[in-house]
Amino acid sequence: MEQYVLSVKVENRSGVLARVVGLFSARGYNIDSLSVSKTEDSEVSVITIVVHGNDRVIEQVKKQLNKLIDVIKVYDHTSIPAAQREIAIVKIQLTPVKRVEVFQIAQTFGAEIIDISQKSLSIQVVGHPTKIENFIDIIRNYGIKELIRSGRVSFARDRA
Amino acid sequence: MKGARQVVESLIKENVEIMFGYPGGVLIPIFHELHDSPINFILTRHEQGAIHAADGYARATGKPGICIATSGPGATNLITGLANAHMDSIPLVVITGQVSTDMIGNDAFQEADVTGITRPVTKHNYLVQDIHDLARVIKEAFYIATTGRPGPVLIDIPVNISNADCEYDYDKPVDIRGYKPVYEGHPMQIKKAAQMIKKSKRPVIYSGGGVILGDASKELTEFARKTGIPVTTTLLGLGAFPETDELSLEMLGMHGTYYANHTVNESDLLIAVGARFDDRVTGKISDFIPNAKVIHIDIDPASVSKNVVVDIPIVGDCKHILQELINIVEKPDIAPWIQEVKQMKATHPLYYDTESKKLKPQYVVERIYEITKGDAIITTEVGQNQMWAAQFYKFSKPRTFISSGGLGTMGFGLPAAIGAQLGVPDKRVINIAGDGSIQMNIQELIVAVQHRLPIVIAILNNGFLGMVRQWQQLFYDKRYSQTCIKCAPDFVKLAEAYGALGIRVDKKDDVDEAIEKALSITDRPVIIDFTVEKEENVYPFVPSGKTVKETILRELA
Repeated sequence: MEQYVLSVKVENRSGVLARVVGLFSARGYNIDSLSVSKTEDSEVSVITIVVHGNDRVIEQVKKQLNKLIDVIKVYDHTSIPAAQREIAIVKIQLTPVKRVEVFQIAQTFGAEIIDISQKSLSIQVVGHPTKIENFIDIIRNYGIKELIRSGRVSFARDRA
Repeated sequence: MKGARQVVESLIKENVEIMFGYPGGVLIPIFHELHDSPINFILTRHEQGAIHAADGYARATGKPGICIATSGPGATNLITGLANAHMDSIPLVVITGQVSTDMIGNDAFQEADVTGITRPVTKHNYLVQDIHDLARVIKEAFYIATTGRPGPVLIDIPVNISNADCEYDYDKPVDIRGYKPVYEGHPMQIKKAAQMIKKSKRPVIYSGGGVILGDASKELTEFARKTGIPVTTTLLGLGAFPETDELSLEMLGMHGTYYANHTVNESDLLIAVGARFDDRVTGKISDFIPNAKVIHIDIDPASVSKNVVVDIPIVGDCKHILQELINIVEKPDIAPWIQEVKQMKATHPLYYDTESKKLKPQYVVERIYEITKGDAIITTEVGQNQMWAAQFYKFSKPRTFISSGGLGTMGFGLPAAIGAQLGVPDKRVINIAGDGSIQMNIQELIVAVQHRLPIVIAILNNGFLGMVRQWQQLFYDKRYSQTCIKCAPDFVKLAEAYGALGIRVDKKDDVDEAIEKALSITDRPVIIDFTVEKEENVYPFVPSGKTVKETILRELA
């Protein structure tokens, strides 16, 4: 199964998110990542959905999404140039001795230290999901105590 | 204006003449306003009856059906009816009462999350949270229900909204940016379709419920006559093209005619109009139409290329598109094909043992057809009764066959007949029923009595839940698990208890007299309890997931 990224512009109203995700759950699809936010227009929200599926089913889901009254437009970002971003925050158990080492890794990834204590260190990393995966893989060696990731947002790039 | 008043005022502005429903606590403000309104309110005896009646009314008249039920159990009793209308694309506007907005989510008395429950079975739904939205929402509901691919729209109105007050404005035009149905087919696609039709050697038209909903029966007939292409219809498409016409192949699908299924199977071009390639039509999808190209005319883009790959999709209103096609299409050269089709019709007609002395259900349907001269509105329940009605009554006009297609809802036929009879008072309405299905909404009989509706309920009583029994016989070693109705009411006495007329028919010779007697009654419903052959099966039968080559044509000796 392939991964698909859909960006759906919807009316900013209660119940709309349930309609949208309902189309996936009704087909037994588990959504990998989901984010909802306001846009430049306060009456419009954008829902970014990352889901695994096959072409035929996703094509059908896209048509069904378009049929929803509250859906304004469905954009498929799966294979177009789009900036895709996520945030992850990782807390690791760490004695002050090893801090410098971790600081260097964080710096390499452009990550930010957002909390620090005698026993732990919390780092925020922003970027493409692959970058976040890589960061987590490396930092895993230090013992992850807590990990949280945001849903993905996807922003279509203008063609040059 | 008070919210409750706005509701009734809006219904009147939408030209609602008749509505179906059942009152309840949170609806009292709305019923208070309905009390002296010009709308003819039909109090059913169960909310499911109300919504099926609204559905039957919509199918018979082409107008949206209106239904109202209270919060909690009233609303949950509508679910089957909503799903039924949703599957068959029937325009309904359904109003439910809801607990007061400040109580929502508190497990209040008779509270249910109705917009949550009904989301997958409605075209759209609303929970009105602000009195200022009410008029707009009602107007949008009518617009959404009746445009594009029609469907049921539900409006959940909390009681405090019904009691709230605001200025009423129903004149603002509807503008929904996410909902702009396409009506005109793409001219280039229509041109390509005409070219493909001209070149075809073995074309067939496969016409569905969309042709009836889109009021395109006249255009379909003209298109078929101009091109000389034979027509088969789905269950819901019955009546869109006269079955008495020599180009008619009647119904296709699981219990379709041999010649419809084989013509489709051997075609080189399938012209689908307002149909959605349901599994009961296609059988095993990978073996369906092995050699055919497909033109698909449908108003719903999501129906196109859903189940089969389509060569020329034309999205839009079928009435429009067929008219455009008629203007440019040329008659293809298909004389040998027509000859072949005629041959198939002659060699494999619909069959049952007409010589039998026993009372066959098919015979009853044939006699109803003959005696009504094909001019009645037929509603059905679901199962064998439905299939025999579809096969042996020859439909020639749209909106004369009213049946639960997609959902297959037993208990639909009687309330639907009530809705149809109220909508079309000058036609005879006959509910062809089974002894199982009729008991699912029998309580609505009293509504027909109350309103003096001369509906004829023809029960094909075989003592079985016949369709499932048939499958058990053929595929489950005749183990009739829970399909034999061992204890049934006396339907004649039941009719009498309700104030209807009851007639029992056990013999073939008495069939005509009973039907004629029933049709002579004009002021109350009549139940005719036909004691028919117990283990009669519906044939032809393409078993589920099989191909037309595996059609069972008749009982194996």
